[in-house]
Formats: sequence, C-alpha cells, structure tokens
Amino acid sequence: MSAELGHFALILAFCLTLPQAFFGLAGAAWRRPQWMALSRRAAAGHFVFMAVAFACLSYVFYVNDFSVLYVAHNSNSELPTFYRFAAVWGAHEGSLMLWLLLQSLWTLAVVAFSRSLPVTLTARVLGVLALLSAGFALFTLMTSNPFERLWPAAMEGRDLNPLLQDPGLVVHPPMQYTGYVGMSVPFAFAVAAMLEGKLDSLWARWVRPWATAAWVFLTIGITLGSWWAYYELGWGGWWFWDPVENASFMPWLIGAALIHSLAATEKRGLFKSWTLLLAISGFSLSVLGTFLVRSGIIESVHAFANDPERGMFILIFLGCCSGAALALYAWRAPLFRSSAGFAPVSRESFLLLNNVLLVAATLLILLGTLYPMFLDALNLGRISVGPPYFTLAFMIPMLPLAFLLAPGMHASWKRASFERHKKLLAILLALAALLALLVPTLVYGWRSVLTVVGLTAALWIVLSSLIEPIERLRKGHSLSAGVLGMCVAHLGVGLFIVGAVTVESWSQEKDISLSPGESAEVAGFRFDMVGLRNVSGPNYEAVESEIAISRDGEQVAVVRPQKRTYRVQTMPMTEAGIDNDWNRHLLVSMGEPLGDGAWSLRLQYKPMVRFIWLGAFVMAFGGVIAIFDRRYRQRVRSEATSPAAADASTA
Amino acid sequence: MWRYLIPIGLFGALLAFFYLGLGRDQQTLPSPLIGKPAPAFELPRVDDPSRTVSSQEFAGRPYLLNVWGTWCPGCRQEHDVLLDIARRTVVPIIGLDWKDDLELAQRWLRELGDPYAVTAFDSEGRVAIDWGVYGAPETFLVDAAGRIVHKHVGPLTIDIWEEEFMPKIAATGSANE
Repeated sequence: MSAELGHFALILAFCLTLPQAFFGLAGAAWRRPQWMALSRRAAAGHFVFMAVAFACLSYVFYVNDFSVLYVAHNSNSELPTFYRFAAVWGAHEGSLMLWLLLQSLWTLAVVAFSRSLPVTLTARVLGVLALLSAGFALFTLMTSNPFERLWPAAMEGRDLNPLLQDPGLVVHPPMQYTGYVGMSVPFAFAVAAMLEGKLDSLWARWVRPWATAAWVFLTIGITLGSWWAYYELGWGGWWFWDPVENASFMPWLIGAALIHSLAATEKRGLFKSWTLLLAISGFSLSVLGTFLVRSGIIESVHAFANDPERGMFILIFLGCCSGAALALYAWRAPLFRSSAGFAPVSRESFLLLNNVLLVAATLLILLGTLYPMFLDALNLGRISVGPPYFTLAFMIPMLPLAFLLAPGMHASWKRASFERHKKLLAILLALAALLALLVPTLVYGWRSVLTVVGLTAALWIVLSSLIEPIERLRKGHSLSAGVLGMCVAHLGVGLFIVGAVTVESWSQEKDISLSPGESAEVAGFRFDMVGLRNVSGPNYEAVESEIAISRDGEQVAVVRPQKRTYRVQTMPMTEAGIDNDWNRHLLVSMGEPLGDGAWSLRLQYKPMVRFIWLGAFVMAFGGVIAIFDRRYRQRVRSEATSPAAADASTA
Repeated sequence: MWRYLIPIGLFGALLAFFYLGLGRDQQTLPSPLIGKPAPAFELPRVDDPSRTVSSQEFAGRPYLLNVWGTWCPGCRQEHDVLLDIARRTVVPIIGLDWKDDLELAQRWLRELGDPYAVTAFDSEGRVAIDWGVYGAPETFLVDAAGRIVHKHVGPLTIDIWEEEFMPKIAATGSANE
C-alpha cells in the first residue's frame, strides 16, 4: 500500500508543477498578482507531495518490503537500518527521487526568502523551477519509477552495494545533489531576467546568496566524496578525474566563476553576458553530469545506469532547458550591454581574468571527459583519458590564477593602484617564497621547482587573506560578513593548495607482503604485522590484521585494516586502517592473502593530506559566512534604489 | 550581433555528438586479438582431470571457444543456446571453465547437458588472461588457420549466432565435422 501511496503522491507532485509553471510565468507576463500568488501555493503543495512520496519510499526500505522491485535490488534483511535509509538513493531510481525532493526544497526556499524581491521576478523564477521539476518528475514516472512492484515478491534483497555501506554515503549524495539542484536557482533567475528583459545590479545582488549557497553545497559534497573515496577505497588517492567526479567538479568551477562575476555585475553592472552564460552553464553542467552517468555513454566505475533509453530522455531534457535558455540569451543579450569601463589593472580586470581562467579549466576538463566519446562517435577508435592529461590541463590555467588571488583580493574597483598594500603584498610574497623553499625542504627534502612555486602561491594566499580582517579589527572598524566570508574562503583555497601540493610531492608508499611477526618501513615509520583474526559483521565476514606502527622505537599507533566479504553480494571490500594526525596520515590496506598467513599490504605515508579537506571545508565555511551579509536581507524600498555603498571598496 | 548565437550553436553541436554517442554500443569492447593467432593452451580436462586437452588438437579447423563458470548467471542463461548450437554440428565448441570448482563444473555438465566437444579447466585463469577475457560468458571464433576472428562478450543468443558468427564461419571456408 505504501508504495502505491508514494506513487500517487509522486504523480500529484508532478501535476502541481503544471499550475506552478503556468501561473508563475503567465501571471508575471500579464501582471496578475492572484495568479502569481497561486504559483507560490502550488510550489508549497508540490513540496508536500514530494515529501510524502519520498517518505513512502523510505518507509518501504525501512520495513524491507521486497515486493517493491527497487527495494529488492538495493536492500537486504541483514542490512543495518541506518544503511537502509541511505539505500533509498543508492541507485538510479531513488537518486532521482532525491533530486526531485531537493528541487522542491530549493523551490520552497525561494518562496520563503523572496519577500524582498519584486513579485514578477519571483513568479518567473518559480515558473522556471516548476518546469525543471516537471521534466525530472516526468522522467522518473516514465522511465525510472522506484515504486514498481515485483510479483512474486523476492524472498531476499540483493543488498546495497558494499562500497556504499558507509557513513560517508549517507551524507555525500544528499550534499552533492543539493549543490547540483541548487544551481537551478541562479539558472532560473537568469531565465527570469531574460524573460523580463531586465538585468541590473539589484538582480545581481539577489542572485548572489543563492549562487553562493549552491556552490557551498557543491563544495561540501565534492569534499565528502573525495574524503570518502580516500578512506573507503584505501588506495590513498583523493581525486581520480573519473567522469563522474569531473561531472561534479565542472559545475563547481562555473559556480565559483559565477559568484565572482556576480560581484562585478552587482557593483558596476558589468559582465552581464558572462554572468548569464555562467548561470546557464552551471545548471546545464549539472544536468549534463546526470546524463553522462546514466546513459551508458561513458564508461565509469561510478556509472549509475547503462540505459540509452533513459539517456535519450535526459538528452532531450538537457536540449530543451539549456537550449531554451541559450536561445533566450541570443535574443536578449544585446539588451544587456554595459557601458562602464575599467582600467587594465583594476578589480574588474582581475575578476575578468578569474572568469576566463576558471572557464578555461572547465572547458579543458570537459574536453578530456568527452574526448573518448567524440573519438568513438567519429569512429576514430577507443582511448581513455586519465590523470596525466587532467592534471596538466588543470594546472595550466590554475597556477596563474593562484598567483592572481592575493593581489586580486586587494585591488580596488575601476582603477587599482595598490597604494595601501603594495609593500605589504610584496613582503608577504617574499616571506611565502622563503617559507615554501625552506620549511618543506628541511622537513621532507627537496622535490622540485614546481612544488616550491605551488607552495609559494598557497602561502601567499593564506597570508594575504589575513590582511583585511586584521587591518579592520585593529582600526576598530566593523567587518561585514561579505568581506569576512571572502577572506575565509580564500584562506581555504590556500590551505587546500598546501595540502594538495605536499601530498602529491612527498607521499610515499610500499607494496609488500607481510606475515605475522614481520615488519616493513616507510618514511621512517616501522609497520609491524602483529596478527590476524577473523571478524564477523552484521552482513559481512572479514579478516582483520593488527598493525603496530612505531617511530624510533616508540609506538605511534595501532591500526586494524580489514578485508571484508559481504555475504549477499560476495564482493570483497577493503577497509583501510588509518592513523591520522594533523600533519600526516599513515594508511595500511590489505590486498590478497598469499598463503601461510602472509598478506600483501599497501603501506602509505601521506603528509599534510588533511589540509586538502580542511581547506575545502574552510572554503565552504567562508561561503556560508558571506551568505549572511546584511545587505542581502534588506528590503527593497524602490526598484530605483542603488546598492548600499557601505562596503564599496571590497567584496 | 551574430556572436550571441555562438553559445547555442556550440551547444547544438555538443548535443549532436551525444545523440550519436548514445546510439553506439559501449559494451562492445574490441578485442586486440582479433586477427591474431589464438594463444596456445594446455589444460586438464573437466571430465577427466588426469588427461589434458591442448589447442593443438583443433588446429586446422574452425572452432568456438566458450568461456564459462558455474558461478556465472549469464552462462546459465546461454547454456541452452549452446546446446542448440552444438546440435546443429557446424563447428565444435570447446569449453573453458574459468576459475571454477571442478566438482561443481562436472555436476553442471552432467545435469544440464554438455554442448562442448571437450572442456578445459582453467582454475587459475591464466589462459583466460592470455585470451583477453573480459568476463564470462565470452565466446571466441577461431578459424582454420588458428586466428581469432570474432569475439562476443555476454550470453549468446540464436540471433547473435546467426547474425554474427555464421557469416564469419562461412567466410573462412565452412567446416562440417
């Protein structure tokens, strides 16, 4: 019964998107306040029914109803309750339900937080969001219905993919999807502005918190994904340039560009075309990502589904929504030319370079991700593109950008003279270079010029991010959330680069066979295999080895990596044993048993790896701070009001 | 003026490529061994492990090599098709029992029927690696000269047999037993 209720609720939710779309868009076009109000109500109703549908799906997982096909495929009676909820989004159909739920939540958020926006703009935004929800709901109902029954019911479920039975899975997809779906809000705002034929500083100010929020969730989602892959797969890698990872990274890069472009549009009415295209591309890349991993068009370990029929549907959807938006752009963009100018060295030019470099990186990643598919479609053979290409392609635009960050933060609008900070920035650069050269070389040993260059940029960013806050606090001035958020986020970028460069330059690993009683040495640490034992989990059996790690005779840690075999799917899984400290990780993962109690082990030393995720979380935190800037919450007195000039010099 | 049409133009081109890409079968993994001599092997027989079967025995005539295992659900699916093909006595089918349990394999052939002229027991999987086996079930067509002419990944169906294999068998100068 619950499955049918959920199915019915989903259908109703779809039906409600239609009035939401119609009354929103028509109400705005024909200036009918009652229609626009109706659109808001429809949005609320849509959310209610989506929530009911999602709750029903969760319920059938909770009770392990194996007469529902999706539950039979993804759950098992021995699967712990905690993971049964995660299993709701563990495969294609359920993940679409999650997408729909989050889309309805973002829509509701727009309804709730748009009191200070013009009614017509909000109505159009809701209208566009409704069309997006309608498309996805139709896709779900027609090709990927999670409520389909299995008759006769299965005796037992196929179990959730063991790779996904981890706390990380419970949090990573919802965060990631919140980010993907969140990009639809700036998209909707862009389309609304184009429909209205008006794009001004006020519009930019309203969109900024939404774009930042979506970007924050993407940051958290990607970071959790990277961290989870690192400790779950146990190979010590934190980024593999897998097509699905790239599919999440490209919207993030575009989102970052969008946030910065919006700053210029808000402050000086510039870069309107850039902002529009970035807003459109951000969401388009999100949908493209969805397409790539479900259509079977690209091979990936991450791929959800391999179904050309579903792929066609998403392709049509992508064509419609992005195509329509780009057609609107072709029609309306000439209206939005700005006449303001700026000097060759100014905040605007830094932001322009920022746009260019981030978009360049995104295009290079897109090229690498799609290249195998292009070649195949043209019958030119099959190749795969991997880290060697991506790392190089990504570094080329990013290295200059890293060095532009510090001066860019302190450039003033229209013409940057750097009067106040010229000397300080130069001193900090010298200091950064010195530290980058001396400290790692003394601690880890010389690696390469590139390493020093990367660390110099990172440290310069870290140090210069602190200038503004320290200066203001010393002078007793207040620090707006916008400025503070910017400094914190950029600080996070610096920390991230420190972690990434250090790990990639100085990590060490050893693949070795050890029996109980034997030991091996990596990076000055001694790994002793103490013993092996068998362990039983709720739905798996495992062999656990105890490894004692010591340095200079003193014990540092004991780790217990496991090799698990899940009973239902009989997939072997490695649980790495990790000892973490602020400045390094020591990982042990088990490979294969080699007979007589000997196991092949991978021992790894990862210096400063924590800073990768720490930096990323600090970036997200900075974004969160920025969202709460007071000026986003000011009521609009009249549409002719120009933006408050309180913090005109920065942010 | 026209530059505003560039984004949608590029997007359209991208969509066209995706459309083309969707139509292609990502599952067909071209075998690098097509056209090359089939790797030689000598393995114990499933029906009598004390004796061996070697690829030499089939030199000079075309044959099918079918990789299977009792652990593989797709193989169970195609088993009846194999029996059907064997009944048509066009070419002999050699079985390669991959990473399996000997007793289970013997029972499988006893209970479900044996379409194979002989089945080799590849317990360690070395021969499968030599042949570039991606996953079971997989079927190779070797011509009279000992070259691999065709490979099919996944369960065989009569349609695939008739459309993909038969034409190639005819092309290599057919062989009746």
